[in-house]
Amino acid sequence: MFEYAPAPESRSVVEIASSYGLFIDGSFDGGKDGNVFKTVNPATEEVLAEVTSAGSEDVDRAVAAARRAFGPWSALPGGERAKYLFRIARIIQERSRELAVLESLDNGKPIKESRDVDLPLVAAHFFYYAGWADKLAYAGFGPDPQPLGVAAQVIPWNFPLLMLAWKVAPALATGNTVVLKPAETTPLSALFFADVCRQAELPAGVVNIVTGAGDTGAYLVAHPDVDKVAFTGSTEVGRAIARTVSGTGKRLTLELGGKAANIVFDDAPIDQAVEGIVNGIFFNQGHVCCAGSRLLVQESIADELLASLKRRMATLRVGDPLDKNTDIGAINSAAQLARIKELSEIGSEEGAERWSPECSLPDRGFWFAPTIFTGVTQAHRIAREEIFGPVLSVLTFRTPDEAVAKANNTPYGLSAGIWTEKGSRILAVADQLRAGVVWANTFNKFDPASPFGGYKESGYGREGGRHGLEAYLA
Amino acid sequence: MTVTVSAGLSDLRSFLHGLPGVDKVGVEARAAALATRSIKTDAKAKAIDLAIRMVDLTTLEGADTPGKVRALCAKARRPDPADPSCPSVAAICVYPAMVKVAAEALAGSEVHLASVATAFPSGQAPLAVKLADTRDAVAAGADEIDMVISRGAFLAGDYTKVFDEITAVKEACGSAHLKVILETGELGTYDNIRRASWLAMLAGADFIKTSTGKVAVNATLPITLVMLEAVRDFRERHGRIIGVKPAGGIKTTKDAIKYLVLINETVGDDWLDPDRFRFGASSLLNDLLMQRTKLTTGHYAGPDYFTLD
Repeated sequence: MFEYAPAPESRSVVEIASSYGLFIDGSFDGGKDGNVFKTVNPATEEVLAEVTSAGSEDVDRAVAAARRAFGPWSALPGGERAKYLFRIARIIQERSRELAVLESLDNGKPIKESRDVDLPLVAAHFFYYAGWADKLAYAGFGPDPQPLGVAAQVIPWNFPLLMLAWKVAPALATGNTVVLKPAETTPLSALFFADVCRQAELPAGVVNIVTGAGDTGAYLVAHPDVDKVAFTGSTEVGRAIARTVSGTGKRLTLELGGKAANIVFDDAPIDQAVEGIVNGIFFNQGHVCCAGSRLLVQESIADELLASLKRRMATLRVGDPLDKNTDIGAINSAAQLARIKELSEIGSEEGAERWSPECSLPDRGFWFAPTIFTGVTQAHRIAREEIFGPVLSVLTFRTPDEAVAKANNTPYGLSAGIWTEKGSRILAVADQLRAGVVWANTFNKFDPASPFGGYKESGYGREGGRHGLEAYLA
Repeated sequence: MTVTVSAGLSDLRSFLHGLPGVDKVGVEARAAALATRSIKTDAKAKAIDLAIRMVDLTTLEGADTPGKVRALCAKARRPDPADPSCPSVAAICVYPAMVKVAAEALAGSEVHLASVATAFPSGQAPLAVKLADTRDAVAAGADEIDMVISRGAFLAGDYTKVFDEITAVKEACGSAHLKVILETGELGTYDNIRRASWLAMLAGADFIKTSTGKVAVNATLPITLVMLEAVRDFRERHGRIIGVKPAGGIKTTKDAIKYLVLINETVGDDWLDPDRFRFGASSLLNDLLMQRTKLTTGHYAGPDYFTLD
């Protein structure tokens, strides 16, 4: 076998401070109650920095700063707001190597994904929404749409900077101001983004970053002076937020879990379908809410396809996220690793057949080998619950109707995939799938111009595209 | 699954058209992703030596002379006169008229002698001429024959004609190895490339080769990927290992390494061998030598430090 020598990206392009404060009203300061927490590199368990845990008083200050900034910011002509957004987009491009390394250190994702997928998309979202800022009257939401006010935004740890971009860019373009809380395991890139805002000379208070765990987020979304809540994360937390916001008049968008069906018909381009399956479930260690975690394969080609898939999985390289040749990085946290392990055990106990390629995992850090379960049925828990890790459940079907029925038989509805060489079948099946995004002969492709969001327990509202503006306009 | 070719055209056609399709966007994305692998230090040194051993050092010009061919043969045996540790290339590839000269120049070495026969590069000649061309080249000392398929017949759907031609040429080769050039740049679609690959393998090819180097589009990574998938699947069904040879336009070490990565992650070890994979190239070798020297000395030597062919 041709072994590749390590090709690590340099860590020296990013300078991580030993501790970070909160970004409120244009400057960093410590929390009022002095609580801090540590963020670790999941690939090594090394502590990267100490981060401030924002208490209620800190959140009050952040919301107040955003409220003060809202008047002048929303009064700016759209073209002026666009200038700031374009400036942020360009700075992100200029600092993309630094931010990519930072994101891989804090999150555990492979550098090739943070460098080639996350960062280009982050910049693209700011560019895209910068373009809308002076054209809101033509977006289809009335001749003079107005911003909502202060937006409370809570984002997850799987794509820390990208989820920030999805939330901050449309909010600012439409004239809202923002208080954002990044996930407690991945706060660093949001704090670096605060620095990008300063570099762009964004007016103080327009963007505020408060770090902390669930309590901080809960206090933020419940804050009476918040006009809009946007959350991406688990369905469980989403439900709690919906209950909190219910009846308050706040606007709410939720992007929650998924259990996407990736449907492979017998006339599919097999080699490309295998790539799509791999990309669908092993991209970002499977920490993707729209991951193709349920493979529905037509029974007549199941054996051939699974043999190809296993052969392909044997070439996946698991290890150091900063190595440019790594395909699968570290699981983001010990807690998430425990959940993946628990659900995988349940899969075995329920009688599904478990398989992983031979691969040696590092001794330190949080790691899980890419895994598939075959012989899964709709009744298995691993076919119903979101695992949020590199674990694929394989089911079979015999006819297109059965495929659609099984694909839709889930509490979720965020995404789906169809693999077939027959164009008419793509259209017919896509039409029947209850999912926000349906990919055909591809998977996990994102574009700022394309709206994203779910059905049923996958949440409501859309982000991205023209539709994404609606969530921030009255 | 096997195909009974004697059953006739419709059987061959339904087999070839029953192969899984190739999605253009997907195969190109996969090839592009593999091209981003970062091959450094030890891995790079190994890759460079392997790539040198896989080169079919080629001269296919109307202006070729015995002198030029002899010079090329000398270079094939000893690519870097300053460094005896440098391996020799896999083969010399010349027109049939030059085979005798090359055979004399290569005598006693392990370098193979390949010749492009069968009315190269157009393939537009009667079968009798192609067979005579092949027999002449083998008789003059070629142990590898690079034949071109009749693209016209393939595109017209006359698969039997292409099949029969390959079988006949294979027979005329005797013990010489047969490389079948699909001229992928003229086949139009990846589906056609996969079908032509299977057709050639079923008809007895030892190698399938992308191009003559004489048309606008020659070897590309996605085309080679499709061909590698075809040889992989062929072995699965028939147990026989068929070699792959991209040709034309591969000029740099960086390019060559991308192909090695493609092999490594598509078909693996068995094809990381000059008996199973070749580069049809004329200018690649000097860049490999330059990079090889860079790895050992730490700096680049100018082009004049390496021999012209």
